[in-house]
Amino acid sequence: MNLHEYQSKARFAEYGIPIPRGKVAHSPQQAYEIAKELGGPVVVKAQVLTGGRGKAGGVKLAQTPEEAERHADAILGMDIKDHKVLRVLVDVASPIQKEIYLGVTNDRAARRPLIMASAEGGMDIEEVNRVAPEKIIREHIDPFLGLRDYQIRNLAYGIELPRELWKPFMKIAQALYRCYAESDATLAEINPLIIDGEGQLLAVDGKMSIDDNALFRHPDLAELRDTSAEPEAETRARAAGLSYIKLDGTIGCMVNGAGLAMTTMDMTKLFGGAPANFLDIGGGAKAETVAMALRIILSDPNVKAVLFNIFGGITRCDEVARGILAALGEVRVDLPMVVRLVGTNEEEGRALLDAANIPHMETARTLAEAARKAVEAAQKA
Amino acid sequence: MAILADSDTKLLVQGITGREGLFHTEQMIEYGTAVAGGVTPGKGGEWVLGKPVFDTVKSAREATGANATVIYVPAAFAADAIYEALDAEIELIVCITEGIPVRDMMQVRARLDQSNSRLLGPNCPGLLTPGQAKVGIMPGHIAMPGNVGVVSRSGTLTYEVVYALTQRGIGQSTCVGIGGDPINGTSFIDVLQMFEDDPQTEKVVLIGEIGGTDEEKAAHFIATTMTKPVVAFIAGQTAPPGKRMGHAGAIVEGGSGTAADKIAALQAAGVKVADHPEQIADLL
Repeated sequence: MNLHEYQSKARFAEYGIPIPRGKVAHSPQQAYEIAKELGGPVVVKAQVLTGGRGKAGGVKLAQTPEEAERHADAILGMDIKDHKVLRVLVDVASPIQKEIYLGVTNDRAARRPLIMASAEGGMDIEEVNRVAPEKIIREHIDPFLGLRDYQIRNLAYGIELPRELWKPFMKIAQALYRCYAESDATLAEINPLIIDGEGQLLAVDGKMSIDDNALFRHPDLAELRDTSAEPEAETRARAAGLSYIKLDGTIGCMVNGAGLAMTTMDMTKLFGGAPANFLDIGGGAKAETVAMALRIILSDPNVKAVLFNIFGGITRCDEVARGILAALGEVRVDLPMVVRLVGTNEEEGRALLDAANIPHMETARTLAEAARKAVEAAQKA
Repeated sequence: MAILADSDTKLLVQGITGREGLFHTEQMIEYGTAVAGGVTPGKGGEWVLGKPVFDTVKSAREATGANATVIYVPAAFAADAIYEALDAEIELIVCITEGIPVRDMMQVRARLDQSNSRLLGPNCPGLLTPGQAKVGIMPGHIAMPGNVGVVSRSGTLTYEVVYALTQRGIGQSTCVGIGGDPINGTSFIDVLQMFEDDPQTEKVVLIGEIGGTDEEKAAHFIATTMTKPVVAFIAGQTAPPGKRMGHAGAIVEGGSGTAADKIAALQAAGVKVADHPEQIADLL
């Protein structure tokens, strides 16, 4: 789960990291009021959960409250990579002497946290890593020892930070690591951390991602989730405990298990079609789960055919077939459906479905046959 | 022979009285796995399915001489269950639990690296040595004894592949699910090495998916160390970047971890990569 800039910075501030004074506005009028209250030049920044907002014109400097109002008016409602801007952050604009990058993330390959600093702040760190990886100073953190002061000195030395700033830099780095660790973040980054006009360090932009698996112990963070930019079906699926991702194709896929779900999507492509979604309905394929999943799949108007691929392992295929039939009693499906049941009692499962004589439903034996039939059905529709 | 577990494995079940634990314990016993007992704090002294329940892993180990444990406890308590098993010096720890926070797993992994135990998982289906032992949740009857080792990051996709092999009369030495989380206890390379050393295993099937670089590392290992032939399949070619495909580890991040990269690395290592799971048997 990603946090907005304003949410991330507010969290940083709780740990003692200096951030610019500022507030969130939902209207141009509010932006005017905030700019007036802050006094002096401000920066008006679109709050969207995607990168590239600067290039899209979503960040503007304003000298007066009137100008802030005009910028907010232009930015609010703007579409940045399919993310509609619903709020702007109005921050005091600070003169910038230098931009630094400072971030903590999970290094999957090293299986431990990694803190990184670079003198090339302000840029996308992945871009820096691509063109000049030597400009990123890295220190792996022992998850039991935590971040040690000498490691922060290594970063400060590596990015040639002026010595008089080492002390505040150490405080900020320690605070950032604590914030990362105590929030179960997978990323906490300040980019840029600036040296401002008075020679002080200031976190002018920030970003956090929180481990979804850890949200159960952070109810305060879970509440910060912004679902406005995600398809409504994804929000509904999450609430129902299903894992659903909307895609651009026409074949709705209902599968048990994530790996098998991805494979089923890939198979539709192999036969010349395209998946409309990723959907893992988990084990069992109970009638109510199948019904909920069907409703979610059918809410996508691009769907032209529905492909069921269920591996009946411990749950037998005849039980799965009964679950599907019960769900079809609840949810009306006018689109062609292809059902493939595989595993224990698959013959019995298929026989049950065939005997039910559901209109527009075909059964298939192999995954290849199922994918081919679904692609053909979607193309005909 | 076989790897990780066989008919000599004496298994504990942590979380034996829970819904999942109880259900799968019954399945494991039915399959013939030597379940020695279970652990549920606060229920020591009770008996379930004819097996003794203990309050702690240590006391269970002392009473039964168990050398393996399988964990079915909820995510919030799973790390503690793993530490407890590590502390009791259980040789093989299989964690089925899905949804453990990454931070917990980074700590578990650091502790694990200082121990002599092996952890399989978390978020995995466990392992199955056909005809001998089933540790975890894999359906037993889809497999048959044979000479092909199967290692996978997935659950039902593994069953699909194993079942397809069995249907074609190709038996398996051991089927191992290493789990779909970004940080786990056992990697592809660990299992490939075990299959390489196992006299029963003649060929290996590797089932990977998008995210991370474990498949690339496996490709390097296969090219430099393995003598036995490997056939692979990679799921997630149509997965868009930045979206987590169910498993916490199945995500294309910063342009790395794509299916195309993994397939290219495996092919460069001389591995035959199947277009779809049903092709695996042909390639073997």
